[in-house]
Amino acid sequence: MKWEVVIGLEVHTQLSTCSKIFSGSSTAFGAAPNTQASAVDIALPGVLPVMNRAAVEKAICFGLAVDAHINRTSVFARKNYFYPDLPKGYQISQFELPIVEGGHINIVVGDTVKTVQLTRAHLEEDAGKSLHEDFQGMTGIDLNRAGTPLLEIVSEPDMRSAAEAVAYARALYTLVTWLGMCDGNMQEGSFRVDANVSVRPLGQAELGTRREIKNLNSFRFLEQAINYEIQWQIDLLEDGGRVQQATVLFDPDSGETRVMRTKEDAHDYRYFPDPDLLPLVITEADIDAVRATLPELPAAMAVRFAETYGVSAYDAGLLTQSLALAQYFEAAVALCPQGKLLANWVNGELAARLNREDRALAACSLSAARLAGLVARIADGTLSSKLAKQVFDALWDSDLDADAIIERDGLKQVSDSGAIEKLVDEAIAANPKAVEEFRAGKEKALNALAGQVMKASKGKANPAQVQDILRQRLQ
Amino acid sequence: MSLSTTDVSRIAGLARLRMNEAEIIAAQGQLNGIFGLIEAMQAVDTQGVLPMAHPQEASLRLRPDAVTETDRRAAYQAVAPAVEKGLYLVPKVIE
Repeated sequence: MKWEVVIGLEVHTQLSTCSKIFSGSSTAFGAAPNTQASAVDIALPGVLPVMNRAAVEKAICFGLAVDAHINRTSVFARKNYFYPDLPKGYQISQFELPIVEGGHINIVVGDTVKTVQLTRAHLEEDAGKSLHEDFQGMTGIDLNRAGTPLLEIVSEPDMRSAAEAVAYARALYTLVTWLGMCDGNMQEGSFRVDANVSVRPLGQAELGTRREIKNLNSFRFLEQAINYEIQWQIDLLEDGGRVQQATVLFDPDSGETRVMRTKEDAHDYRYFPDPDLLPLVITEADIDAVRATLPELPAAMAVRFAETYGVSAYDAGLLTQSLALAQYFEAAVALCPQGKLLANWVNGELAARLNREDRALAACSLSAARLAGLVARIADGTLSSKLAKQVFDALWDSDLDADAIIERDGLKQVSDSGAIEKLVDEAIAANPKAVEEFRAGKEKALNALAGQVMKASKGKANPAQVQDILRQRLQ
Repeated sequence: MSLSTTDVSRIAGLARLRMNEAEIIAAQGQLNGIFGLIEAMQAVDTQGVLPMAHPQEASLRLRPDAVTETDRRAAYQAVAPAVEKGLYLVPKVIE
């Protein structure tokens, strides 16, 4: 039987505010346990929550960026469950009236663009952390994270493969970091993904029973977990079994998912409007103020890069993976208007280097201006692409600019035809066999000769010129 | 609608309450009394009336995003039953 996979994602993005959503405690990561947990965060009796304006603004910002509806009135609700790292016994969240409804995000999978619809995005507070190791039969509770503002972004079940789910998660990640509403630090839990996965016979309208994979904090785990889960469900169904609705956890070590709880013992959260918080009212003026601060969005910027700088759609997509990278490219292209060539270097050599050294662009000493200086010398024929790689390496390891390195290391490409002719003649004289082969119709022999010339010039001869002169001489 | 004793046990479970037979029967009576009240309210025609999240005609006050709290861990942990390495200790719970 042919199966169709159906996936929807719920993503918790931590909003990058200085203080918590309902208290004036710091949200800085890594402080000593419970030193950033105020009376409100630890839920002492009689305390009341006061809403952080920045969290509201960031939620509005997201809603505008995905073309969603911003509810002019939204309501906070209590989501009740008992767990020691949730000191109130409820999480303040939004249920019936979230701040953002609808919206959509475009994703690219292979060559096709697909639109994923969003259901909603709501504001809520994070819980604390439980540490189960270290304490004999006891659990240690750190409430520093309790009350950190989150925007939970819920998609429609629009994705049909793990690859699409990853593409969506990546696009969402690019967007929330681009907007500056989330720092995107996945190790610290700033971007956590829950995946709802089900399968159904292809062509069936009704959805299969889903299982929810909780708390995936890397794109690689997201892909692995979904692929494992899909196969597990298909195997079960093909063996005549039935999927039972459940919440599962992914174990990266075994690569498997395992059941955390089934629907039988699933929480019944008994939501109700929180009497401690009045309805959140958003005015047109609030929305306009946020709209005025909205940066150019990645999709729009990619289109502009393609139109203005002649960059391919694929390269433009890569260049707009992060705001820092896009700004780097723009700074470079302003100095050296060779969009296509620059894009090749940014997406090629620079990206590979950063990747290999596991470095962020911000931590890289090769400025946009210095890269532009290199690309300008390729464009004007001073450097062959081979010499350019050499200069790139030197740029990476020093703070000199390209011209200074070319001068210092004598890397200027030789385009003086007199000098090249001399080398060509020498090569012809020294390799009579290759000459004979070429004259007998073997094209490859020309490359061997050209190689000899390049070697004799220490890689500095202009390769196109070498080929031309060789042909002239041998005809 | 009226609740069975099984429903009451389940709700008690969710609220982490341990109740004996007699308490369950007593709570069943009380809860059903509340449901009776709800049924009476549901008989009212609410067509066209917006659900009310809050009784007052007021909206949420927003505060500026600034850190105003200082570290008062020592004071808060002075009343905690068990503390170690700055953490509150509770009986082990693993989900």
